[in-house]
Formats: sequence, C-alpha cells, structure tokens
Amino acid sequence: MWVLKQLFTRPLSLVGFLLLFAFIVIAVFAPWIAPPKYANEPYRIPRDGYWAEPKPPNAQHLLGTAEGQYDIFYGVIWGTRTAFKVGIIITVSACAIGMIIGSVAAYYGGFIDEILMRITDIFYTLPFLVAAMVLTVVLGRSLENSMIALICFTWMGYARVIRSEILKIREIDYTQAARALGASNLRILLRHIIPNALYPIFVMVSMNIGSMVISISTLSFLGLGAEVGYADWGQMISLARNWMMGSAGNAAAYWFTVVCPGVPIILFVLAWNLVGDSLRDVLDPRMRGTR
Amino acid sequence: MIAYIIRRLLLLPVVVAGVSVLIFALMMLMNPLSRLAVYVDSPDALKQGPQQLEAMVESLGLNDPPWVQYARWMNELLHGNFGWSESARQPVMQAIGRLLPASAELTLYAAFPVVFLGIWLGKVSAVHQDKSIDHLTRVSAIVGWSFPTFVFGILMLMIFYGMHRWLPPGRLSLWASRIVHSDAFTSYTGMHTVDAVLNGNPAVLGDALRHLVLPVITLAYVSWALILRLMRSSMLETLRQDYIVTARSKGLRERVVINKHARRNALLPVTTVAGLMVTNLLNGVVVTETVFNFRGLGAFAATAAVQLDMPGILGFSLFNGVLLVLTNLTVDILYALFDPRVRLD
Repeated sequence: MWVLKQLFTRPLSLVGFLLLFAFIVIAVFAPWIAPPKYANEPYRIPRDGYWAEPKPPNAQHLLGTAEGQYDIFYGVIWGTRTAFKVGIIITVSACAIGMIIGSVAAYYGGFIDEILMRITDIFYTLPFLVAAMVLTVVLGRSLENSMIALICFTWMGYARVIRSEILKIREIDYTQAARALGASNLRILLRHIIPNALYPIFVMVSMNIGSMVISISTLSFLGLGAEVGYADWGQMISLARNWMMGSAGNAAAYWFTVVCPGVPIILFVLAWNLVGDSLRDVLDPRMRGTR
Repeated sequence: MIAYIIRRLLLLPVVVAGVSVLIFALMMLMNPLSRLAVYVDSPDALKQGPQQLEAMVESLGLNDPPWVQYARWMNELLHGNFGWSESARQPVMQAIGRLLPASAELTLYAAFPVVFLGIWLGKVSAVHQDKSIDHLTRVSAIVGWSFPTFVFGILMLMIFYGMHRWLPPGRLSLWASRIVHSDAFTSYTGMHTVDAVLNGNPAVLGDALRHLVLPVITLAYVSWALILRLMRSSMLETLRQDYIVTARSKGLRERVVINKHARRNALLPVTTVAGLMVTNLLNGVVVTETVFNFRGLGAFAATAAVQLDMPGILGFSLFNGVLLVLTNLTVDILYALFDPRVRLD
C-alpha cells in the first residue's frame, strides 16, 4: 500500500502512469479509433493512392499522409500496439534468458559461473546496435527477426544483476535462517532469493521497454525492421527521410511526416522511463526516507 | 598493481577471441558465396562468373566444417589480413584508419559537454535537492534520455538546415573539401578542425565547425542524462557522510565544503561508467553519422551491417571490443590511484 501511495502521489511518477494509461487505452481501442481497412491485416496501413509526395493534415487524413500516401493517423494508432508488443516481448524474453543464466551462474558458482560470466562479458563487448543489425540482415529483414536480434544482444544486463543480487542475498540473515531450518537449496532459491532479487529487475524491465522501442524504431529507420507500410513508428519516420528538407519555398512543408510518428515514440519511452525511475526511488530501500 | 594490469591485459586476447568467435558464428549463418569477400583483397576477384566463384568457394574451403574454417580465418587475421571491405571499397584496416579521425573528432567534441555539463548539473541538482532547479534538470535529463537519436537528429536537421540553411549535413562543404584534399593542405591528424588550425586556414576551420555543431549536439544530448543521474545520486550519498558534517562544523564556507570535500569524493563512482559511456557514444555515433551523412566509422559500420560486409563488421567489432576493454582497464587503474580504499590485486 505504501508503495502504491508513493507511486501515485509523486508528480513525475503520476505523469508517467497517466501517459502509460493513455497509450494502453489507445492500444486497446485501436480498432474503434482507426477501423482497419483490411480486416485480417490490421497492421497494414491503408493507402490513399500511390502518389509519392506526402499530403498535409486534412479532414480525410487527420495527421496527413506519408510518402506513398500511407495514412499517418492510422499508423500512429496501430503503432501503439506494435510498440507495446515489441517492447514487452523483447524485454520479457531477454529478462527470462538473463535470469536463467544469472541464477545458474550464481547457484552453481565456480567453473560454470566463470564460463557464463565470461560469455556475458564477450556479448557486452560487441557493438550492440551493429550486432543487432547484422543478425537481422542474416536472418532476413522483418520485424520478428529484428526482435530476435535485439533479444540476443540485451539479456546480459539481467544476467549480471540477478547473479550479483543472488550472491548478495545468499549471505543475508534470513537466507541463513532458512538454511538452518533445513530448507533445500532450490526452495531457498525460489522462495527467498528470487523474490528479493526481483525489485532491481522490475526497474530494469520498465526502463528497458522504453529503450527497446527506441532500438527497434532505430532498426526500422535504418530499413531493417518492419516492412514499408507496417504500422510501426520508426518505419513511418524512415518514410520521411526523403522529405526532410521541405519543398521549394517552404522548408517546413513536410514537418508532420517526422513530428507525428516521432512524438508518440518520445512520449511512450518517456512514460516507461518515468515509471521506472519512480519504481526505483520507491522500491530501493536505500532511497527510502531520503526525500 | 603491475601484476593486476598485466593480468587484465592478458585477458584482452581472450575477449577479442570471444568476439571473433561470435562474429564468426554469425557469418556461418550465411551461405558460402556471400562469405567469399572476406578472403579476397580486391573487388575484381568477386566479378567473375558463377562457375569460377563456385571454384573459389571450393578452393578456399568455404564448405569445410566450421572449426576448420575458423582456424584458417584466424590465421589470416593473425597475419594482418582483415579482408576487403566491400562497402568502403578498401581493405578494412585502411578504411578504419581513414574514417577513425572523423568519428574521433565528433566523439571528442561531444564528450566535453556530456562530461562537464553532466557533472556540473548533477552537482547543482544534488545540492538543491527537491528545489525547482533539481526538478528542472531531472526532467530535461529524462526527456533527453527518451529521445531516439535519429528523431532528435532529423528534427535538428529540419530546423537548422531545412528551414534556415545554417548548419548543413556532411563533413565539409564542397569548396572546403577541395582545399583539404589539395596539395597545399597537409593532413596531420585527419580531424579537419585540428588540421585547419595547424595549416592556419580559418575558413576551413569555420566550415568544419559548422558541419560539426548539429551532430555534436545530437550525440551529446542523448547521453548526458547518464552522467547527470549518476553524479546526482553520488553527490547526495556523499553529502550525508560524516566528513561533510565535520567540514561544516569546522566552520568552512558551504562553497568549500561542496566543491572541495563533497564533489571530489562524489566524482569517484562517476568514473566507473566511462565504459558504459563509450558504448553509448559508439552506438550514438552509428546513428548520428548515418542521419547527418557524416562519413566516419559509425556510418561505415551501419553500411557494412546493412550490406552484410562481414570484413567491415568484423573490423569495427574488434576495434570496439579493444577500445572497451582498454577503457575499463584505464578506469579501474585510475580508480585505484584516486581512492586509497580500493586495492587492486
């Protein structure tokens, strides 16, 4: 209760939760806000002709159309679902892999620990973005494959954190007490250590959902994520690349092609970062009472 | 201490070998024909008919078991043959040597505001905890942290080039580029701003700076939040220590307490993220250089990755790995030198 009260009374954290709530509402009601033109392919953005030049916002297209006459409003709305899907799937999978590797390393220790942690180090030394780009290209350009690529190169942080948390908690009194009572290793791990090691993981997950949405939209922008016409914010900005400099006489003619998909990305990431930030402030016992 | 440094340096080849195994594993996911480029020194060798290429695949043993291929590939690397980069149209080592100064210039200019502004604002924020200045810096940091680099870069380009033609993309204007590549201009470092000063050519210096402003701001804006947050929490922690109370009770002025006693100690933990910052900046460089069409190592890596130019990717990854390991080592050593409580052994 204390935690909840803290989370909803701090202004920054409240802004984060409200933003997140707004995005959830948009994602849930997407079919009503922007009814799909192709019933079985809702993520395909409907086009209004094949003319290359973007059209500014008008009554028919609330946020205008992008290159190739893709309706920006539709893409922004359905892109919310893509963002949730992408962010949550990547982060949860990476977290699961990291937790397995980290807890195996901490649990067995010794040689296995050494090997697993050196492998983690090596993954850390790879240039993250370039490695993800390469794996995406090798597997074939698509949203699914770029998600796999990001999972492959982001689990390391979780492995390190969960391992060090377990090693720390293992020596704390209540774990020793459980051991003295005759609890088995596995029971200690599952009932006492993991639950206590979870809070830094929560914070990491909520921060990472945001940064994964940035990464996937960066990949899309570089032409490696979602295919053209898929409702994905990064892909929509990549459609704006040829129109950045505006038209003759009006340099800002195509501002909406960048701003309309760009603002949702920033707000979405901001929401998760604010939530993560306040989760850390509230959950970290060392920060309690300091403010 | 010496023993520790030697042991860490011995770990370097292990890490490099690990990175090379990973990259090699990625390469093995591709078909033998696309992997041919690693083994040839010039593009002409790749312009033959399918039969000849098939014969080359066979003679180079690209259908052999992976470990045999890895051993042979490693052998080439150890003899200094990093292969031909198809995307740079140049041997990999030469391409890296040519492009590194551009990225180094960009990163160094960006690192200054990131480090100094980050530390200063972090300090101010901690000293005025929960005042409006604290809220303001924290909010702007977290908003910056939420900006995708490419969105920020494109917006900057739209405003400062699209609308006003002030700050163009690229590295140099055409006229300046002609001067730089002429015989009258000596390239000492490859960094245009430094070279312009050494050659005494203010026009080129001005042009190079004009092209640097936007990429530097973009690169800096998305990474200063990290330093700021760390400095703030470290400073808050330090301000609660007993020696701060002692310093205040001695009657020292608050300025002295904060700048002499607190800031110095608060800086220590901040140095440990240098490795993380290098990673951030390198990722940032890849995107920033692509957006601004700034021909450096980052743009090279992005093109290499998209075109599956494996020798190029490999060169960049190994460079990245060595840089990271050396940065972390330097940080650890400096940390031990500055903080008597830390002992390396």
